[in-house]
Amino acid sequence: MADMRTPLSRVRGHGSAKSGTDSFWMQRLTAIALIPLTVFLIASIVALAGADYETVRTYLSMPLVSVILLALILAGIWHMRIGMKEIIEDYVHGEYIRLLAVVGNTFFALLVGLACVYAALKLGFGG
Amino acid sequence: MAQSPSASRPLSPHLGIYRKMLTMMMSIVHRITGGALYFGTLLLAWWLVAAASGAEAYEMFATHAGAWYGQLVLLGYTWALIHHMLGGLRHLVWDMGKGFNLRLVEWMARGTVAGSIILTIVTWAIAYQIMGAL
Repeated sequence: MADMRTPLSRVRGHGSAKSGTDSFWMQRLTAIALIPLTVFLIASIVALAGADYETVRTYLSMPLVSVILLALILAGIWHMRIGMKEIIEDYVHGEYIRLLAVVGNTFFALLVGLACVYAALKLGFGG
Repeated sequence: MAQSPSASRPLSPHLGIYRKMLTMMMSIVHRITGGALYFGTLLLAWWLVAAASGAEAYEMFATHAGAWYGQLVLLGYTWALIHHMLGGLRHLVWDMGKGFNLRLVEWMARGTVAGSIILTIVTWAIAYQIMGAL
């Protein structure tokens, strides 16, 4: 069978990284997890509408709330990192600017995630 | 890779030639809400970090969140979250290999618009009820 690859792709030498379905699958997995977790978050915030600081702090320090919150944060940043990476890869075409954007995306997701995780743990441990 | 040889290759017809359809708008809005929610996590982080920092930091968050501009942002956040979730549910249905009937697809697109607006209003009505403002 004739080689279906273009001369350009042959020169570049990129083939499949054999991990093409990974982000697809993780995006669905986190999406499924995020449905109940997001409903929980919205319900919590609605229930806490106008509440004073002590009430909010007491609620966020309940063990079950902490655990659900951590699950929400982890699933959320994973999901949003994959989503933004896809957006970047679709619209950012310069090789270096794209690399920069993809790296920045990961750093942003990790930093926001760590801030949330740290705060959730601190509240959970009653700090 | 604008300078690479691939740039001179013919491109297949893109967005401009297609008639605007609801399903197409839903796809675009799903991406836009996703991008907005990406930065919206900063608000979640602010809320949690403020709560973990102490009464004074939380007071500042609550003041901004309670102001008209804060409420406006939170209203948009709520809608984006619900719209993206409903849009995602459609995608999960399609991932199962179901729901490709054109009438059903159109119905789901309308359901996403209507559902996101209705659920946002219901959510806020309950929140304001709890605050005793309704």
